[in-house]
Amino acid sequence: MQTETLKKGRTMTVPGLAPLGRILRFLMRQPTSAFGLGVIGLLIFGAVFAPWLATHDPYAQDLANTLAPPGGGHWFGTDELGRDIWSRLVWGTRITLTIIALVTVVVGPIGLAVGTIAGYYGGKVDTVMMRITDIFLSFPSLILSLAFVAALGPSLSNAIIAIALTSWPPIARLARAETLTFRAEDYVSAARLQGASDARIILKSIVPMCLPSVLIRLTLNMATVILTAAGLGFLGLGAQPPLPEWGAMIATGRRYMIDSWWLVTFPGIAILCVSLAFNLVGDGLRDALDPKQMNRR
Amino acid sequence: MKDIVIRDLSITLGEARILDAISFSVQAGECFGLVGESGSGKSTILRCLSLLMKQWQGEVRIGGQDVRAMPVVERCRTMQMVFQDPYGSLHPRQSVRTVLAEPLRIHGLDDPRGRMDRAMTEVGLPLAFLDRYPHQLSGGQRQRVAIARALILEPDVLLLDEPTSALDVSVQAEILNLLADLRERRGFTYVMVSHDLAVVDHMCDRFAVMQKGQLVEVLGRGALTGVPGQGARHPYARELIDASIAYDRAM
Repeated sequence: MQTETLKKGRTMTVPGLAPLGRILRFLMRQPTSAFGLGVIGLLIFGAVFAPWLATHDPYAQDLANTLAPPGGGHWFGTDELGRDIWSRLVWGTRITLTIIALVTVVVGPIGLAVGTIAGYYGGKVDTVMMRITDIFLSFPSLILSLAFVAALGPSLSNAIIAIALTSWPPIARLARAETLTFRAEDYVSAARLQGASDARIILKSIVPMCLPSVLIRLTLNMATVILTAAGLGFLGLGAQPPLPEWGAMIATGRRYMIDSWWLVTFPGIAILCVSLAFNLVGDGLRDALDPKQMNRR
Repeated sequence: MKDIVIRDLSITLGEARILDAISFSVQAGECFGLVGESGSGKSTILRCLSLLMKQWQGEVRIGGQDVRAMPVVERCRTMQMVFQDPYGSLHPRQSVRTVLAEPLRIHGLDDPRGRMDRAMTEVGLPLAFLDRYPHQLSGGQRQRVAIARALILEPDVLLLDEPTSALDVSVQAEILNLLADLRERRGFTYVMVSHDLAVVDHMCDRFAVMQKGQLVEVLGRGALTGVPGQGARHPYARELIDASIAYDRAM
């Protein structure tokens, strides 16, 4: 009997996917968030089809043809080792997406868990958890990631860990603030009267209420993550050569910037577009997930 | 059917006495009202009974059992509460089906579909409403869902915290009739908080008048209808009832 009720519970959550289409349609209706979605779509498309989109091997050096300006053979020119910048940019989308995805997957649940637990229990639990959060928040995130990478050793995965470690506190803060407004609601009392455990109340009643704002924050956060990753790459603490990471590409291109503008310009534009896109989509999501707007539809 | 006995229920916060040695008892199957001005501690009593608030002294027995000693599962299946604001008491992102299925899943009860259908029928809502979300329901319909949620665990005692004060007048009557009807059919024991004496007159057999955390007087319905010999003796209770009657006349 119990399994039967459980099974029924699963099927009931399936309609939860329906709003996804509605949100997407809402985002497409506004030009700014539609642009953002478009760029993110291109990013994913580029990452998936990188081997077919790239015209050259991103690691293949051609010392006879270094610093070639953009032209027929190399759309975006070549770098100081004669590597094709277009191909490196395309392959770089995979690195960017990996960073964003991993950081988000780690940061979202951690921030949500810390925030909702602190907010729901209050008292000492809240004090301890929030002071820890404050410690993380009191450092600029790039400096703190620098410290982590310096301690762990420079590599792409350590950069991801460092960025994740520094970007959960704002999410936790947000989730806690939201939880504080919801925990005294009558539906939480009603759930308690039905014998729901604390874990159940947090998971089923509180987390769904915090989720929209956390999702928005995470999306906006992705822009910062891209910039931090690029910053770490630029400082030589993120992805290591010869990986085609955009920040690292700018870092090496910097030396040739005066004569060969294309080395820094194209990765720079890519970083700008992608972080702008996530910001715009985040803004659009804020409008789409606003409960008042939900009610109107 | 279970009776309720409350003895010396008190809450003290520092200097302030929020509730001062409240004692009364409610017979099995009775509808007992709690009236008084806002801040007099009516709703607080319900929150104490249901253990939503735990920092109180005194004793509460339901059907002879101490509520504090009752296992959670049993307590949930003994008493449920209907809240004042149907806009705040239903989770905005849960469909009616989820709202009703949750308690069944927590308690592992069999035949969830049948139980949900029965609860919906009992509160007079069509079964198609199971797939609606709170924002697709009117105030009265929401309150019916809240009542269905309280009924679904088949409790003996229902705590009603101003169940109609957030609804408009025509809907108020519907919900009150529904509650009265349910009590007749299922033999619930009600403890009902209200500051509308007309509602108390319509629903309750007896009621207690509260003032500043103290129980001033327990009265029968006769005190409202002016039955000789049953009138309020305490000056505050008399004042409250007279004011209410004068207000009704003025309307």
